[in-house]
Amino acid sequence: MATYQLTVNGQHKQVDVDPSTPLLWVLREELKMTGTKYGCGISVCGACTVHVDGVATRSCVVPISLLSDRPIVTIEGIGSDPVGRVVQDSWVDKDVVQCGYCQSGQIMNAVALLKANPKPTNVDIEESMGGNLCRCATYVRIREAIKRASQQLK
Amino acid sequence: MPAARKIENDLHLNRRSFLQVSAAAAGGLVLSLYLDLPTTAQEARPTPAAKVYPPDAFVHIRPDGKIVIQVNRLEAGQGAQTSLPMLLADEMDADWSQVVAELAPAADVYKDPVIGIQMLGGSTSIPNSFQQYRELGARTRAMLIAAAADRWRVDPEQCRTEQSVIYGPGNKSVRYAQLADDAAHKPIPESVRLKNPSELKLIGKPVRRLDSRAKCDGSQIFSLDLDLPGMKIALIARPPVFGGRVRSFEDKEARSVPGVHNVFEIPLVKGSAVAVIADKFWTAKQARDRLKIDWDLSGIEHADSTELFSRYREMARTPGAVAVNLGDERAMDRISASNQIVADYEFPYLAHAPMEPLNLTVRFDGERAEAWVPSQLVTQEQMAIAEVLGLKPAQVTFNIVYAGGAFGRRGPLDSHLVREAAAIAKRVPGLPVKLVLTREDDMASGYYRPMIVHRVAIGIGEDGMPEAWRHVVVGQSFLKGSGNAFEPFLVKNGVDNLVIEGINDSPYTVPNFHVSAHHPNVNVPTLAHRSVGYGHNSFVRETLIDELAARAKIDPIAYRLKLLKPDAKKFRSSLTLLEQKSNWRTHLPSNHAAGIACSEYHGTCVACAVDVSIENKRPRIHRVTAAVDCGLAVNPLTIENQVQGGIGFGLTQLMAKGAITLKDGRVEQRNFDRYTPPYIGDMPVEIDVHIVPSTEAPTGLGEAPVPIISPGVANAMAKLTGKRYRTLPIATI
Repeated sequence: MATYQLTVNGQHKQVDVDPSTPLLWVLREELKMTGTKYGCGISVCGACTVHVDGVATRSCVVPISLLSDRPIVTIEGIGSDPVGRVVQDSWVDKDVVQCGYCQSGQIMNAVALLKANPKPTNVDIEESMGGNLCRCATYVRIREAIKRASQQLK
Repeated sequence: MPAARKIENDLHLNRRSFLQVSAAAAGGLVLSLYLDLPTTAQEARPTPAAKVYPPDAFVHIRPDGKIVIQVNRLEAGQGAQTSLPMLLADEMDADWSQVVAELAPAADVYKDPVIGIQMLGGSTSIPNSFQQYRELGARTRAMLIAAAADRWRVDPEQCRTEQSVIYGPGNKSVRYAQLADDAAHKPIPESVRLKNPSELKLIGKPVRRLDSRAKCDGSQIFSLDLDLPGMKIALIARPPVFGGRVRSFEDKEARSVPGVHNVFEIPLVKGSAVAVIADKFWTAKQARDRLKIDWDLSGIEHADSTELFSRYREMARTPGAVAVNLGDERAMDRISASNQIVADYEFPYLAHAPMEPLNLTVRFDGERAEAWVPSQLVTQEQMAIAEVLGLKPAQVTFNIVYAGGAFGRRGPLDSHLVREAAAIAKRVPGLPVKLVLTREDDMASGYYRPMIVHRVAIGIGEDGMPEAWRHVVVGQSFLKGSGNAFEPFLVKNGVDNLVIEGINDSPYTVPNFHVSAHHPNVNVPTLAHRSVGYGHNSFVRETLIDELAARAKIDPIAYRLKLLKPDAKKFRSSLTLLEQKSNWRTHLPSNHAAGIACSEYHGTCVACAVDVSIENKRPRIHRVTAAVDCGLAVNPLTIENQVQGGIGFGLTQLMAKGAITLKDGRVEQRNFDRYTPPYIGDMPVEIDVHIVPSTEAPTGLGEAPVPIISPGVANAMAKLTGKRYRTLPIATI
């Protein structure tokens, strides 16, 4: 066990956990922030995507001990970000979700995409979103929602 | 609000319902007919006895004007959580912006009105609860009007309702919330008038999901997110071969991990396993990794996909138990070999792999138990928990929680998951225990769509139409011998309808038609998988029909329309609409091709045209146009969503890594790196969905769209490469 200081959605947090504990489980079980989802545990599905220092990151494979003091933003906090809010609204407007379990990760990844590239093409979307799995296969609407958000962000 | 408190509050509110009519009044439904009968039998299904459901069990009008509607089945993405409340709210004239949907717990009153058990499956939510929810809304409205009329001393006929407000003579008005208590004491009307189509405000309109916002901001609580006071996490170390047993185990190292609560052996439905109980998931996982277990794998079949396929191929060479024998069994003998097609098809096991790995929570208190389960088979799972814990079902409070996908996997017929969780809870009394399957556990846990082999011989007549069709299907039956309530309805003459549906009920006219099946016993548990038999059988049927159309040099839509049976009305309507909406087929780039396919599921038909090219040796799907006939379209937005998503789900079996295989009894895929469903780049870029206008009774949407995409793509690829694709997944083009 070791003590770690974190900044999550702008708030300071302290946890006592085993150094090998992935950020995902620190968020979910220590900080009770369950919006970030466990899907695969090996960084192939993207359900656990959060922003670490602004970069879309698979939290299921980041041990807490390697995080240092980089700030974390999760789905619970992304609505305070202007791009995040537009993306969430676009998701609702386009009625994207079905079971919804992967959508935290999809949204976090889409926000990172639009911040880096406010006018993504179809190919850009496929490349950036290409590692986020959705078993309900809401992909057609995810694409539409990203395009809507892109327009709104003009 | 912490999940536990929220759930307790919600349950408390549910109980504090606005009418004091016993829910038991609505009990006593009998299992009438099962959902998964062929369309023809479904049409012949008797109308269930008219039943007055008490509104108090379904509607709660809060003082703040919120209208809380209980949904009588699991929400796993299919959208019933929005569509069922729409039905009720429309008839009630409720203000939709104030409607809140909740998943009802296990209770007699929430049993499916047709099937007689509480469940999610067979695309039944809308068809079976359409009338029920509309009547509930109309009854609630009538009781509110009765209360208003009393208060104002006017005739109820003089009152009208709109947006949760009742208006009476002389500019009188009152909000529903102000009348809820009075309405509670009004008698429940026996008969109510439902709205005419022109009066509907929600039904038939595209209405967005009620759960969207919560699923976009991280606040939706799924089963895995439950956090109850004192909760423990359980992980199970399962035998590497199905049915294996623990001979002995060493847990000293596992117990040394801080936060580990207990380690013990538990029985499985077949075999046994070791459970690790810890405070947290990561702790439990670390401890489980440190277990040393000596498994007894003797005396059980070590299934092997390669061996199974050769065994199945051999079986397919001879007819099995006969399901259909129409016309002349020897008609094929009179058709020359050059006018025959003989085709062998192979499909691997498929995992459901919902995004949320399997998990559930049970707390055992000695005299009572409480469970939180994203359950597809509620009634049965409540009984199973009771059985394991030595309780009566009524002593098990059974809460239904949101599922991150289900696709059939959350309703195993042997209730193995809840049995495992109950067996664990029994050893940890007083504390809620969440049994979690890691992705690896989930994927290797079995209960797959069965492996299937087909052998089909088709004799072609002078007119290019099939004259004789002999079809042998080989595949495990998970119903046959299961003792499940559905078995007598679905297994006939030794043939499981779930294995042959899509073939035996083919919508095409073939004068001499013979269908038979073999159901081998294999030590791999299998289960219904979204669209069940149609998922593989429609592939076989639709690729063969396409081949026949190509040989006859007739457009594949025209060929199908010509060959359809006269009573295949919804096939005809959806194919006709597809023809109108897919003009793009005639002006495709030279390296693209269009493929056609159609399928049905319990009364809904979907037809599609698929625009495909080959890129990097894989099919690239540019566009899909789909036409659907599902009777009255309750929520066109849900329908569009389900068609688009169902198409994506159906693509799994076409993916290069879309297979579960076994070697020496061991499942070879453990995660999405080796069993890889479609990602965004594998999906059609566009899917346009067109709905056949209809006023017929609505039919379900969860499954009908799933089977169409893979034959559609395979038919397009056949045009591009000249090859017919009969083994899935397609490894090489």
